[in-house]
Parts: sequence; structure tokens; C-alpha cells
Amino acid sequence: MTSKTNINEFKSNDSKIKQIIDKSSPKRNIFKNAIFSFLIGGLICLLAQIITEILKNWFDKDLAGNISVTIMVFIGSLLTGFGLYDKIGQIAGAGTIIPITGFSNSMTSSALESKSEGLILGIVTNMFKLAGSVIVVGVVSAFFIGSIIYLSSLIF
Amino acid sequence: MKIGKSSFTFHNVYLKDTSVIAGPKEAKGPLKPYFDLSYDDLRCYEKSWEKAEIKMYHQAIEILLNKSLKRKEDIDIYISGDLNNQIIIGTYALRNQNANYLGIFNACASSVEGLIIASNIIEAQNANNIIITVSSHNATAERQFRYPTEYGGQKPPSLTCTVTAACSCLLTNEKTNIKITRGTIGQVIDYNQKDAQDMGRAMAPAAYQTLITHFNDFNISSNDYDLILTGDLSYYGKELLLQIMEEKGYNIKHNYNDCGIMIYDRDKQNVFSGGSGCGCLPSVCYSYVLDKMRKKELKKVLLVATGALHNPILLAQKESIPVIAHAICLEVVE
Repeated sequence: MTSKTNINEFKSNDSKIKQIIDKSSPKRNIFKNAIFSFLIGGLICLLAQIITEILKNWFDKDLAGNISVTIMVFIGSLLTGFGLYDKIGQIAGAGTIIPITGFSNSMTSSALESKSEGLILGIVTNMFKLAGSVIVVGVVSAFFIGSIIYLSSLIF
Repeated sequence: MKIGKSSFTFHNVYLKDTSVIAGPKEAKGPLKPYFDLSYDDLRCYEKSWEKAEIKMYHQAIEILLNKSLKRKEDIDIYISGDLNNQIIIGTYALRNQNANYLGIFNACASSVEGLIIASNIIEAQNANNIIITVSSHNATAERQFRYPTEYGGQKPPSLTCTVTAACSCLLTNEKTNIKITRGTIGQVIDYNQKDAQDMGRAMAPAAYQTLITHFNDFNISSNDYDLILTGDLSYYGKELLLQIMEEKGYNIKHNYNDCGIMIYDRDKQNVFSGGSGCGCLPSVCYSYVLDKMRKKELKKVLLVATGALHNPILLAQKESIPVIAHAICLEVVE
């Protein structure tokens, strides 16, 4: 220990410190994350497709798809309840957030979290806390896409 | 007595006893043998996370009173801090207990802030016995600052894991082996860091500023201490603080550590860059470090608790994270 900083040299925002902070930012491993995201996200979609194909033996194509989605939502919820979904999500990243199981996870986790505040003030109020954004963006973009399709059908 | 611009010396303040109640993740870490009590259930067999934290808080005080052979009536003031909105853990735990109560908030720096306030009150002979209790709980903090616990979003490596612990400490004017000798109050600073998932690095400059102020005010070098301990900078914050100190010509590598790294085994436990939270510094200091001090392996320890003073609403409004650090010195006396 040799030198000493004079107290008067203090600036509320020392540019040298700012430089060191900006330089040392920890990096996420984007390559590894992308691979896992692709693999696990792909696996979820594959599972859903297999379920749909099996269901097609009994139902028509649209209904089979809908039932398959319901099953995937159920699986997502169940894994969340068992405390497993967040562990898979940590590895898979976007791979588990983008599919419908991610939507189901965001609702179930919010519901679980707010259970202690009771049915009305807790679960009902907070269930869409995270998933609400998906609904809003979905509805708004559906409005615009629908409008574009309708208007273009008038022209052509 | 006032020293310099921001510091004090204390002549008549002693640390009598401490207690640490820890959660399951902390109990799986390397410091388990030093805790007074630990739970293997994060909910502590209560109905909600908040109730669990209140229970831990309550037990921390009870164990402390038992250990120090004090009755409730002997305690003049209770000082309390936690991370919940309206710092409610202490008020709920201490209601109807005939407790004179002061609630404080400096986020994760609350523990040392409490020690400084209590030391000043005792030094001024306005109280004989003061209990300072701070608590943090992983799940209540996640609710307060982040996402639901079971939400599957990917967390970055810079994220810290909030320590589940309630830690209580009794300061008194009766002579004991451990004396509080110096304190430095920090300033609120802001380096325009906006990432709430990277708070260790946001808080490192505050630790630096308080350390330098402390060294300057007392005209001492960093070698004056056997151990300098920051609260919850964790891996990346610790690295950053070392870099800044080195840049400014201070070498603290040999006698510096961070509680966020000490409380967990980062290689084996899934804690990202380490621990954080009000309970992080005291759960290490009141257990492991005090044990070392009582065995005279450490004689002079400087605690620097750092806190990030943001809230999610202002961060959403694109504001940055103001940070603070307070320092206090514990010394072994004969």
C-alpha cells in the first residue's frame, strides 16, 4: 500500500471507474445458450407434434391441434408445480419461454406465488401478471394483421 | 467522536452476542456449523414466505436473548431492517413485545447502518443495550424485486442469490472481548448502472468510495485490518472492486473477501455469482468471522456493507441504480 487518494479528488462520477465498470461486464455464453435453446425448444415442439399426430387418429386436424395445445399447457403447468420448469428454463432459455408451455409456466408461477394472498386478491388478480403482456401483444398484432388482410382483400 | 467528514470513533461500545438463523441453501453451504439454527424448508413450515421470514426474525431475537442472558426488559432499543416494502418484517415480529423500535432501510447495507446508529446511541449514553436485527428471504425478495420463484426465465451469470437469513446482534456498553471502534457513513452514489440482475458490479464503486473515505478519515492503510469484508458484491462485484482499488493504488488482495462468496460454495451450489441481501454480511460475520475473532485468529475486521437503493418502478422508468456502502470496524480487546 503506497499511494493515497486525496479526499478532495472525489468526483461523484469518476470517469476512470466508469471505464472499468463498462469494460468488465460479464458475458452470457450466447453460443451455448442458443444450442440448448434450439434443442430443448425443438424437443417440446416435437413432443407436441407427436401428440397431435396420435390424436389425429380420433379427431380431425384442427381439433387434434387444439387438444394437443391443451395437453402441452397442462404439462407446462404440472412441471411448474413440481418446481422443475424453472430449472429446465435456466438451461433452455428462450427454448422454454417461446412455446406455449412457457405461457403456461408464466401463469402457473404467478398463481403459485400469489396463492398466499387468497383467491381474489392473490391468484385471480395476479395470474396474468406476466402472461398479460403476451395476450395484449397478441390481440393488438392480430388487429393490425387482420386489418391488413381485410384491406388487401378489398384492393385485390 | 467525529473524525474527518464521515467517520466516528467509539470508545464504549461492545458487541455482546449474535445469532444467525439460516435457510436451506445457506445450510448446505460451508458455514452451516456456525449457524445457531437452520431450516431445511424455505417456508419454515409457515403458510407464506413473509410469515416464514417473520418467524426467523422472531427466533433470531429469542436465541440472542437466551445466549446473552438478557431479558426483554433489558433491551432499550430494537433496530430493524429488511428488504420488504415498508420494512414490515421487524414491525410484525416485534408488535406487542414492549419493544422500542427503529426501522431502517439501506437495502443490503442495513446491517452496518444499524450497527452505526446503535453504536452512536450507546456512545452517547442514551441506551445501554440495543439489538440490531436484519433479515432477508430469498422468496420474499424475489417477489419484491424480480419474478415469481417458479418462473422459467433464464437468469444471467451476474445474478446474485438472495440469502435467506435472520441475523441479530446485541450491542452494549458492558465490556466484552469485541469492541466496535470505528464507523464510516457512506454516500449515495450512482454510476448509471441499470441492470438489476448485475447488482454486485453496480455496488462495487460504493464500496470503493467508503473504503477510501475510511482510510483517509483515519489516516490508515488497508493493511491496518486483518480482514476487510464487503457485504454482497459476489464474484463479479468483488473482481470489479479489486480492479478499481488496484487502479487507485491500493492492494487489498491479501486481506479482502466478500460475504456473498463465503456463504455459498459457488462451484457446487446453483447460486450464479454468489449471495446478496440484508442477511448476507451478518450471516457470515456474526457466525464464522466472530468465531475467528473470539479465537483471536482475526483481531481487526472492517465490515463494509453495500446496498443497491433502487426499486422496480423507477427502474422501469429507465432510472439507474443508486448505491451506498457503510463501514464499521470490529476489534478484539483483552
